[in-house]
Amino acid sequence: MATLAQPAEHAATDHADTSTGLPNAKLAIWLFLASDCLLFGALISTYVLYRNASAVGPFPSDVFDIPYTSVSSFVLLASSLTMVLALAALQRGDVARSRVWLLATAMLGMTFVGGQVYEFTVFVEEGLSLSTNMFGTSFYVLTGFHGAHVTVGVIMLLTLVALSFGGRITPERSETVELVGLYWHFVDIVWIAIFTIVYLIPTNPPAAGA
Amino acid sequence: MADTRIEEQEAAGHPARPHGGRHPSPKEYIRIAVILAAITAAEVVVYYVEGVQEFLVPILFLFSALKFALVVLWFMHLKFDSKTYARFFVLGLAGALTLYLVVLLTFRVWS
Repeated sequence: MATLAQPAEHAATDHADTSTGLPNAKLAIWLFLASDCLLFGALISTYVLYRNASAVGPFPSDVFDIPYTSVSSFVLLASSLTMVLALAALQRGDVARSRVWLLATAMLGMTFVGGQVYEFTVFVEEGLSLSTNMFGTSFYVLTGFHGAHVTVGVIMLLTLVALSFGGRITPERSETVELVGLYWHFVDIVWIAIFTIVYLIPTNPPAAGA
Repeated sequence: MADTRIEEQEAAGHPARPHGGRHPSPKEYIRIAVILAAITAAEVVVYYVEGVQEFLVPILFLFSALKFALVVLWFMHLKFDSKTYARFFVLGLAGALTLYLVVLLTFRVWS
């Protein structure tokens, strides 16, 4: 149904079923990711605003364990690699290998979430709860929202694996895996920002007498 | 034009895709992942090096932006797919950055 003249950049991306020449589902996921940018933009802004506004500790430098969080970052980066390898395998027609990579991505995602739960547990034991101070509130809300996104991603990945075993994920339907992959990589880039802004950039020491 | 591109992709060993440009090969993906891991390691090293503390924030932002770009361009295929997807995403990203700057300027975070 190619009724409208399309820009040259769309020439290699013709999609017979839509007026834009692009798959609607893929356009929709990019729109969703754009809106999710705003959500995390708001949460990160709030964290930066309040991380130095706590009257009582613990403060960021009291609780953060950079080597531990660095390992978590490597785990999430590795999961992005396994995700693209799953898509590449499926596009080559290697469904079995694609399934293995999808499962590996889900396992890495679960490792990340497990690490985050452990980190939260340690922080709570050190006296930092959601209501302890402004740092605690903004930190848990930001990283908790990110963790929730990773958890949703893991559920989608495990669903893909189940569908694959049922023969419903085929090379012809690789777009489904690509869409979940886009979501997964988005979760990864949000963590790239969180790791730098929340963990690595030093905070100002609390004001005297605070 | 589309046919020519698809032929070029197949000649280069990349499978033609029904509605998208060439995607990188697994080797390219692994190369990008190694670069991402190296940048992350550099971030952590820089965090502990005493001599660069004065420039720590700009260095960390640079590393972070590099990693962000690599994932978006290669793993999310924005370098290879239709520019329309990129426009949507850049719009959201610009909105997020504007929101971030407006909030921080309003509350005078840097003063």
